[in-house]
Amino acid sequence: MAYLELDRVAKQFGAQTVVDDFSLSVGKGEFISFLGPSGCGKTTTLQMIAGFLDPTRGAIRLEGKDLTAIHPAKRGLGIVFQSYALFPHMTAAENVAFGLEMRGVPRTERAERVRAALAMVGLAGYEDRHPRRMSGGQQQRVALARALVIKPSVLLLDEPLSNLDAKLREEMQIELRQIQRTIGTTTILVTHDQNEAMSLSDRIVVMSQGKIEQIGTPQETYERPASAFVSQFLGKTNDFAGTIDRTVVPTQLVAGSWRAPAPAGLGGPVTVSVRPERIGFGDTGLSAKIITRIFQGNHWLFQCDSECGPAIVIRQNDGKAQPAEGDAVRLTWRPEDMSVRARGGA
Amino acid sequence: MSAAAEERSARTPWALTAPALMLFVGVLLIPLAMTVMLSFHDWGQYKGIEPVFILKNWHEIATDPYYAEMFWRTFRIAILTTLLTALLGAPEAYILNRMSGRWKSFFLLVILGPLLISVVARTLGWALLFGGNNGLVNKLLMSLGAIRSPIPFMFTETGMVVALAHVMMPFMVLSVWAALQRLDPQIENAAMSLGAGPVTIIRRIIMPQIMPGVLSGAIIVFSLSASAFATPAIIGGRRLKVAATLAYDEFLNTLNWPLGAAVATLLLVALVLIVVGSNALIERRYAEVFR
Repeated sequence: MAYLELDRVAKQFGAQTVVDDFSLSVGKGEFISFLGPSGCGKTTTLQMIAGFLDPTRGAIRLEGKDLTAIHPAKRGLGIVFQSYALFPHMTAAENVAFGLEMRGVPRTERAERVRAALAMVGLAGYEDRHPRRMSGGQQQRVALARALVIKPSVLLLDEPLSNLDAKLREEMQIELRQIQRTIGTTTILVTHDQNEAMSLSDRIVVMSQGKIEQIGTPQETYERPASAFVSQFLGKTNDFAGTIDRTVVPTQLVAGSWRAPAPAGLGGPVTVSVRPERIGFGDTGLSAKIITRIFQGNHWLFQCDSECGPAIVIRQNDGKAQPAEGDAVRLTWRPEDMSVRARGGA
Repeated sequence: MSAAAEERSARTPWALTAPALMLFVGVLLIPLAMTVMLSFHDWGQYKGIEPVFILKNWHEIATDPYYAEMFWRTFRIAILTTLLTALLGAPEAYILNRMSGRWKSFFLLVILGPLLISVVARTLGWALLFGGNNGLVNKLLMSLGAIRSPIPFMFTETGMVVALAHVMMPFMVLSVWAALQRLDPQIENAAMSLGAGPVTIIRRIIMPQIMPGVLSGAIIVFSLSASAFATPAIIGGRRLKVAATLAYDEFLNTLNWPLGAAVATLLLVALVLIVVGSNALIERRYAEVFR
């Protein structure tokens, strides 16, 4: 049974369709990410759930009830904004207490819940600070506490970590995940950062140009991308042009001098996509020449010029000797490590 | 760097600001000092100005209730004008800020309009609209049923406040507008998502944040209204004098320059004290919002 359901939701601004045919059902307690480049409609979708925008078509239901009929102030959703949107004239405690005040929670209970919420995000003792006297990370925590203290049915996060520096962002990711696991609030995160989406979510919704490209677990979307867009957007990938050779039995998939038994159901020109860390150097396979070799501590990054175009290879630093720049190598991978898509038309 | 070069580079800022500084001293500080000096000189119908140091003018201003009345009127008009511009200008700026692009620039031009027209022409325009009991404004108000008998606007404080408020409105709107630009664009959505209705959002979230803008606008409007000359001179005439028109009359009609200088100096000192004092209060009160 879906907890939050988006049913063929679409949004148009004038003649421009920003979100189209968006259907998704979210289970209770699930952590979902909307992932895509800027302008793909992910924030628009979030704003429709929040009620700041009305969908042009389609329905949004929460526990079977039509959410679009409810005024945004009455939806009871917790929202963390990219800019945090804290109230600068109020202290941290007053910011967090605001939502409870609007709900008419009695003063003593309010104070208790505010203290608990601030303690949960690690800001015990910061009650009387004003937001402008806090660091970006602290402001972010206040915003999170403010959204969670009202016990929202759904927590909406609009690129909440994008204004933090890399190290802090990683810490906040871990913390956010822990808090979400502990209190079990259904959460939707909007992000353009694939690492963030992968490390936080139960499922990722990859979006491009207003449409859903793929919905799946982080592993699914990474290992078996449904489209070229998904494979490119989620981490680095190598796309090689190949063909299915039906003149031999059994039919073979050929990319340059690399060949393997062809997967069923495909014919003609195909695209073979392989993640850089799944490619090894072997005695047979795609011939290539190493252009640059970059040492990155725990791994080596090779940029190669192969017979099917440029290729990136990542090898774990296992202490063994690695080929040098200018070496001729053969690139090889296991058939289960690639995904093959028909090229051109479809 | 050698000591000489260091000394030269320390002198550079002074050398560069010298022309502006000299202009400032020449056309502002020296005349101002001369005016203050003048206020201590003696004056007689037949002997003219005598360069002596006496407190006669200051004593006259302090004891004669005529001058007290004039100054109270000046500040009463300035305060009422300030209140009127704040009450109308703050919502005006808020509405303007929510308008979409093209309408926004059009109405901004409408609001800035008064600044583009000469103050005399604009005030004479108000005089035409007010003009007697059959003035356009009274006719309109009566036909709308807002008032039963005509309000006297010409040569009254009411008329002066209305005309001054129109002139000063741009300063208030721009000041509040600047404060509104500092608001987080998502702040209203944030308050709404926490369950706040439109009235609560304006009262609890928007108002406290634009208050510094309203107050700094109020300081500008107050000091400009208290020292305004053209509008009180035309709408108030010679009968309803304020501090600025009083000083003018002393200088050019009575030819009692020292007394006029004392009136002008007192107006200046009072304004400086009020403006500096309220500015300090505002900055302390709204330290968190200004940060």
